[in-house]
Amino acid sequence: MRRLIYLLPLLLFVGVGVAFLRGFDRDPRDIPSALIDKPAPEFSLPPLPGHKEGLSNATLKGDVTLVNVFASWCIPCKAEHPIITRLAREQGVTVRGINHKDKAEDAIAWLNRNGDPYASIGVDLDGRVSIDWGVYGVPETFLLDRQGRIRFKHVGPLTPQVVEEQILPMVKHLRSAS
Amino acid sequence: MRALLLAVLLVLTPVAASAVQPDEVLKDPALEGRAREISKDLRCLVCQNQSIDDSNAPLARDLRVLVRERLTAGDSNQQVLSFVTDRYGDYVLLRPPFKATTLFLWIGPFVILAIGGVATALYLRGRKGAAVAAGGDTAPLTEDERRRLDALLRKDKA
Repeated sequence: MRRLIYLLPLLLFVGVGVAFLRGFDRDPRDIPSALIDKPAPEFSLPPLPGHKEGLSNATLKGDVTLVNVFASWCIPCKAEHPIITRLAREQGVTVRGINHKDKAEDAIAWLNRNGDPYASIGVDLDGRVSIDWGVYGVPETFLLDRQGRIRFKHVGPLTPQVVEEQILPMVKHLRSAS
Repeated sequence: MRALLLAVLLVLTPVAASAVQPDEVLKDPALEGRAREISKDLRCLVCQNQSIDDSNAPLARDLRVLVRERLTAGDSNQQVLSFVTDRYGDYVLLRPPFKATTLFLWIGPFVILAIGGVATALYLRGRKGAAVAAGGDTAPLTEDERRRLDALLRKDKA
């Protein structure tokens, strides 16, 4: 029985080792959002020139909505753009955009070049609304339920894996729930 | 002498320099002082191990300006910090708050120290007990042992 105490360091080592090993799979840039399950912050953003609708709390209510923070100067935004376009066109998800610290003409040219899957886009020129949303790295993507509450957030470009494993199941759940 | 001192001080100043740009600085030195104090406690989420006071990232600048705006609007230091944590969570605080979710962070090292202390105490007591039980420490040398020891010591001297 007393011998077992000599196993203790080994067990401790294995425990700590497993804890550290798990750390390898976690992205240190991925900070949990403080806004999950809270209503979207009060905001109202003007539309891009030539577009009818901007973005505000009222626009976000009524349907499950994906809000994507993007900019024409942001390279990963271009990488995730086809994925967002597919979500909007093939899965019928309402996607709205926050154009983050961008020049209007650059944003319009970018959308003309890469396609525009957004139901509407709000222009956040000084990034102040992005701060209210807790954005710290573009691109970021939020999923909101019909009541306009934030239910999910992804930092960095969307990947097919994130869409398949997290966003689509959540969209399905939120649509059937409310 | 004074010139030398001044030169030395001048050389040393960049060490304490922050990322605060002249156009961000508030006119009221008291308010600016509070802003600097708050900024040192807020993490820049882009670079993560710098405070927004130290970081040149655009987001850090935006947050510095925001902190100053809130202060000018009459917020207390605590209100400004809450304003930022409401948006970015406790992670932006370089000094994590003491609460249920951070309990292990704060108490953990002391718990481990206590476990180590108890283990050491038990081990030392056990060793002493074992030595006494064997009679090793206290029993005098036998005649035979003394002769062998003398022989060894003599050999050493020679």
